[in-house]
Amino acid sequence: MEMFVLSFTIFILALFVGVELINKVPPTLHTPLMSGTNAISGIVVVGAIVSAGSEGTSPTLANLLGFLAVTLATINITAGFLVTDRMLNMFKRKN
Amino acid sequence: MFALINFSYLTAAVCFILGIKGMTRPSTAVRGNQLAAIGMLIAIVAALLHKDVISYATIIAGILLGAAIGIWLARRTAMTAMPELVASLNGVGGGASVAVAASTWLHASNVGILGSTGWAVAIIASIIIGAITLTGSGVAVAKLKGSIGDSRIPKIWQLVTLVSLITVVVIGSLFVAGGAGNPVLLGVAIGFCLLLGVGLVQPIGGADMPVVVALLNAYSGLAGAATGFVLDNQGLIITGSLVGASGLILTAVMCKAMNRSLPNVLFGGVLGGDAAGGTQQDEGDFYAGKVKYATPDDLALLLDGARNVVMVPGYGLAVAQAQHSVKELAGELESRGATVNYAIHPVAGRMPGHMNVLLAEAEIPYDQLKDMDTINPELPRADVAIVLGANDVVNPAASEDPSSPIYGMPILDVHRARTVVVVKRSLSPGFAGIPNSLFIRDNSLMVKGDAKDVLQATTRAMKEL
Repeated sequence: MEMFVLSFTIFILALFVGVELINKVPPTLHTPLMSGTNAISGIVVVGAIVSAGSEGTSPTLANLLGFLAVTLATINITAGFLVTDRMLNMFKRKN
Repeated sequence: MFALINFSYLTAAVCFILGIKGMTRPSTAVRGNQLAAIGMLIAIVAALLHKDVISYATIIAGILLGAAIGIWLARRTAMTAMPELVASLNGVGGGASVAVAASTWLHASNVGILGSTGWAVAIIASIIIGAITLTGSGVAVAKLKGSIGDSRIPKIWQLVTLVSLITVVVIGSLFVAGGAGNPVLLGVAIGFCLLLGVGLVQPIGGADMPVVVALLNAYSGLAGAATGFVLDNQGLIITGSLVGASGLILTAVMCKAMNRSLPNVLFGGVLGGDAAGGTQQDEGDFYAGKVKYATPDDLALLLDGARNVVMVPGYGLAVAQAQHSVKELAGELESRGATVNYAIHPVAGRMPGHMNVLLAEAEIPYDQLKDMDTINPELPRADVAIVLGANDVVNPAASEDPSSPIYGMPILDVHRARTVVVVKRSLSPGFAGIPNSLFIRDNSLMVKGDAKDVLQATTRAMKEL
C-alpha cells in the first residue's frame, strides 16, 4: 500500500510537469506533439517484454498476450517516432 | 540489478521530458524527438535485462513484426492522413495496455500470487481505459475516413453507453472486492469496455473528431500510467501522465476554440442535429441571387494589385491536396512584392496543428503561419483574404447573430478584409449545418471549384498578366 501511495504521488506530480511543459508547445507543433506522445506512450513495451519473455518453456496464453503487447507497443514506438521525425524535418528546413 | 533497471526507466522518463521540452520550438524539435527515441531504447534494453525474462524468441518476433508494421505506416502515410494515423496509434497504445494488464494478471494468477487491492484496481483501470481507447479509436478512424457517417440514432448509442458504463463499474467493483481472482468477471469487463468505447464515440459528430482524437490521446497515456501502477514501474507512470497531460491540454484547446464544453462535445450529439432539417430548406432563399461569383481570372486581376494577402486554409485544402498549389500562388505574389500570411484557426483541419503540418510539407516558412489571436487584428489591413475550404471558422454569425448555434465561437475575422475570396466546391454548409453569411457579404466573392484547380488556374492567369 505504501508503494501505491508513493506511485500515486509520482503520478500527480508528473501530471503537473506535463501540463507546465505542454502548455509551452506552440500550436504549430501540435500534430507532431500528438504523434510524438503516441511514440512515448509505447513505453508499455517494457511491461510487454517482461510478460512475453517470462516462463519460457511452453507458450501460455499469458505469453501470447505478451507477444501481442510487444507487437502493438513496437508499432506505436516506430511509427510514432519516425512519422514525428518526418514532420519535424519539414518545419526545420526553413531555417 | 533491480536498482539499475529502475534507474534506467527514470533516465528514459527524463529523456522524454527533455524531448518534449525540445518540441517547444521548431528549431530544437527534431533533436527533442531523437532524444525521446534514445530514452525509449534505454528503457527497452533495461527491460530485456529483467530477471524474469528467460526466453527472447517471442520478444524478438514481436519487436520485428511491430517494427515492420510501424515503419511501413510511417513511410506510407500522407500528411493529409495524419489524423487517421494518430487516431490509430492511440488505439494501438490502448490495446497494448490491455494486453499487458491481462497478461500480467494471468501470470500472477498462474503462480497464485495476486496483489493488493491497489494492484487489483490498477489492473481493472488499465483494462477499462485501454479497451475504451482501442475501440473508441477504431470508430474515430472510421469517422475520419468517412466510412461511418453521423449516427442517426445517437440516443440509442447513449443508452448503450450508459448500460455498459454501469455494468463495467459493477463488475469492476466485484472483481476488486473478490480479491481479483475471477477470470470470468475480468473477461466480461473487457467485453463491456470494448462496447463502451464504441458507444462513447459513435454518437459524436464527425466534426468533433479532433476533440475525440485529442481525448483518446490522453486516454492512451492514462492507460499506460495505469499499467505502471500494475507493474510498480514509476518510469511508466511518469511517461503515462506526461502523455495524459498532453492529450488533456489539446482537448481543452480544441473545446475552447469551438466555444463548447467537453461534456457538450461528448454527450451533446451532433451539432445542430435537430435544426438541420429546417435550415436546409431555407438555404436556397438565404443565398438566392446574393452570392457574387468570380473566375480564377478575376481572382488573378484582383491579386495583381494586392499588397497584403492572407490565406485561410481549412479541411477543403487537405481534401484537395492543395498545399503545394498554395505555395506556388504565394511565391508568385511574393515575387511581385506582396506580403503573404496564413491564418490558422485552432480547429481548422481534423486535428490540432493539422494545417501547419500540411503547409510545412509545402515548404511554407512557419513564421508566416499566424494563429487566430495574432492575425485577427491584422485582417482589416489585408487587401485580399482567400478562404480555402474553410467554412464555420470564418462564419461572421458566430460574432454577430446571437440566435446562431455557433454564436460565441471565436472565428477568423476574414470579413473585415477589403475583399474576401471564398474558394469552395459548393454552397453546402459546413459541419455546423448552417448557412454562412460571409458568402453574401458585399466584400465577398466566390470562386466555385476544387481548391487545387482554382489555385493553379489563378497562378497561371497571374503569370500571363
